[in-house]
Amino acid sequence: MEPSSMPGSAREVSALLGRTGYLCDDELATVTYLMLAMQRPLLLEGEPGTGKTALAEALAESLELPLVRLQCYEGIDSTQALYDWDFPRQILHLRALEAGGGADPEEAEKSLYDERFLLARPVLAALQQSPALLLVDEVDRADDEFEAFLLEVLSTWQVSIPELGTVRAATPPLVVLTSNRTRELHDALKRRCLYHWIEHPGLDRELQIVRSRAPEVSEALAGQVVRVVQQLRDRDLQKPPGVAETIDWARALHHLGTAELDLETASATLGALVKYREDADRVRHALDQLLRT
Amino acid sequence: MSPDEPGEVRGGDEILLAFARALRAGGIAVTQDRAHGFLASAAELGADDPVAVRIAGRATLCASPDDLARFDQVFEAFFNARDGLPRTRPAAPTEPRFTDFPEEDASGEGEPTDEMVRAAASATELLRQRDVASLTPAEKRRLDGMFATLRPRAPMRRTARHQRWHRGQVDASRTLRSSLRRLGEPSVIEWRRRGTRPRRIVLLVDVSGSMSSYADALLRLAHRLTQALGQAAGPVETFTIGTRVTHISRALRIRDPERALVAAGETVPDWSGGTRLGETLRFFLDRWGQRGMARGAVVVVFSDGWERGDTALLGEQMARLRRIAHRVVWVNPHRGKDGYEAVQQGVVAALPHLHDFVAGHSLATYAELVEVLADA
Repeated sequence: MEPSSMPGSAREVSALLGRTGYLCDDELATVTYLMLAMQRPLLLEGEPGTGKTALAEALAESLELPLVRLQCYEGIDSTQALYDWDFPRQILHLRALEAGGGADPEEAEKSLYDERFLLARPVLAALQQSPALLLVDEVDRADDEFEAFLLEVLSTWQVSIPELGTVRAATPPLVVLTSNRTRELHDALKRRCLYHWIEHPGLDRELQIVRSRAPEVSEALAGQVVRVVQQLRDRDLQKPPGVAETIDWARALHHLGTAELDLETASATLGALVKYREDADRVRHALDQLLRT
Repeated sequence: MSPDEPGEVRGGDEILLAFARALRAGGIAVTQDRAHGFLASAAELGADDPVAVRIAGRATLCASPDDLARFDQVFEAFFNARDGLPRTRPAAPTEPRFTDFPEEDASGEGEPTDEMVRAAASATELLRQRDVASLTPAEKRRLDGMFATLRPRAPMRRTARHQRWHRGQVDASRTLRSSLRRLGEPSVIEWRRRGTRPRRIVLLVDVSGSMSSYADALLRLAHRLTQALGQAAGPVETFTIGTRVTHISRALRIRDPERALVAAGETVPDWSGGTRLGETLRFFLDRWGQRGMARGAVVVVFSDGWERGDTALLGEQMARLRRIAHRVVWVNPHRGKDGYEAVQQGVVAALPHLHDFVAGHSLATYAELVEVLADA
C-alpha cells in the first residue's frame, strides 16, 4: 500500500468506508485506523449479521487492495490454507519431458517443483500479492492446531515451502479475522490482534445503512422496516435479524410494490427476515402489535 | 484525565500503566505485551484524549465481551476518581463461594499392613458406590483423589480429510506423487481412509440449590474429563447453569483439581440459586449452542430436573438442543436410587428429547457415564 493512500485518521477511515456504503461508528473507525497504522491484525466478534465480513470487504474495496478470503471450517489444515502442488500438471510436464527425449532425472525433478505448478491457497496468495487484505473468516470454526499455524504466519509474515524456499511478504498484508465465538480463541492469537465487538447498529445508523445499500426503497418504507426490526431484536427470537436481513426484507417489500408496511405483506415476506419457524410465529404475533402503534 | 496536583506530576505512560494495573486487579488478563500494545495505540490516537484512550484500551487489552464490560467499569472508576491516582481497586474479584471443600483433618497414617490394604481396597470399592451427597468430609476427600481413576475416552467423529492407511480406498494423489519420484513409472499403490477426530463434549452442570450437594463432585468430574481429553482449548467445554449460564472451561483447564475448582468457583456467580432450566438452556442455545458449540457435539446435562420455571419452555429448548447436538445425555443424581421415578416435571418435559438418561450420584455411576460418552 502506498503511504499516501493510507488514511491518516479515524475520520478518514470512516469517510473512506462510507464511500463504499459501509457505515461504521466512531469506535470501529478508530480501531480500524489503529489496525492500519500499527499493522496489527483485527479480530472482530459479534452477533451474526452485524457486518464483520462486510467490514473486510469494504476495507479492501476502499483501499483498492485485493481481498483474499480464507473461510475456516472444522478440519481445515495448512495445505488448504497455504499451498498444494498441481499433480496432474506435474505428470503431464514429466510426460512431455520424456517425449522430448531423455531428460536428466535431476533436472527433471527440479523443473517439477517450479512455481508454475504451485497452487497458492489463500494465506500464501495473500503473502505473494501483498499488499493485500487477508480475511480469515470464522476462525472459531477451525481447530486449535490451525490457530497455532495461523499465529505463526501472522507473526512472521513468511511461509517456507521445502521445495522452493521461503516466501516472505514484502509488505505484511492487512488481516481481518472474524469469529462467532463458538469457542474461545487461544490467548496467544488474541494477543496478536486488536479486538472489537460489533453490536447491532442503532436506529439511525441502520436506517442510513438500508438507505445506502438499497437506495431504491422509499424512505418511508425503509423507516418502517428499520423500526420494526429494531424492536424485534429486543423480543426474544432464536435468531434476531441482522442488518443483512433488514436490507433483504426492505428489498423484498419494495419488489412487491409495497409503499407502506401492512400486516398482510409483512407476513408474506417474513421469510426474508426470520429463518426459524418458531421465530416466524412470534414475529407475526408481535407485528400485529407493532404496526398498530 | 485528572491528576495535575502539584508535586504529583506523572508522565502519561505511567498513568496508563497504572490504569493497566488497575485492570489487572479488576480481572482482565493484562500481559506485558498487551500493555505495550495499549501504550503504542494510545500514543497513536493521542494519550491525552480520554475517548481515544478508552478505544485504544478496549481494542488492545480486551478479548471478550466480558472483558469489555469489566474494562468500562474500571475505566469509569479509574478516570473519574478525582482524588489522584489509582487507590481505587474496582471490581475486586468476588470471594470464592465454594463451600464444599473437604475440611482439613489430621489423619495419621502408619505402616500399611496387608490387612489394612485389603480393608482399604474394599472400603474404596464401597466408596465408589456411595452417594456423594452422603459422604463425611474425610470420605469426600478420599473420593476426590479417586476421580483420577476415571479413564475417559473421547467419542470420535469422522473427518472430511483422509489419512494414509494400509488398506481402504486408493489414494490417487499420493500414488501419483510417488510415481512422480520415479519419473512417472507406476509404483506402489497408496491407500487412504477417512480420518477421525475427537467429537466435542459439552457439559452443562446445574449448580442450583437442589443440586448443591452434587455440584462439587460434578465439577470434579468435569475437570477430570477436561484434563483427560485434551488440554488447551480441548474438546471438552463446561458451563454451569442455574439462574444464569457461566462458561468455566478456562478454569477447568488448570491442571491441579483443587486450584481449578477454586477458579471455577470464583467464576460462577449463582451458586445454590434457583433453577430456571428452560430459560438458561435457551440462553445457552442462543448465545453458544446454535452458533456451533453444541452442533454435532455430545451434550451432557447434569440436573435433577427441579424446574421452577415453565416446563413447556424446557421441553421446547430440549427439542432444539436435540436437533443441534449429536447426542443428548441427561445425568440425574436421583436416577440410580431406589424408588426413583421420573416424576419431576422438568424431567418429564425433557425425557422425550433425550438419547440417554443415566444415573449420576456416585463414582461408579460416573465411570458408567464415561463409558456412555466414549461410545456416543
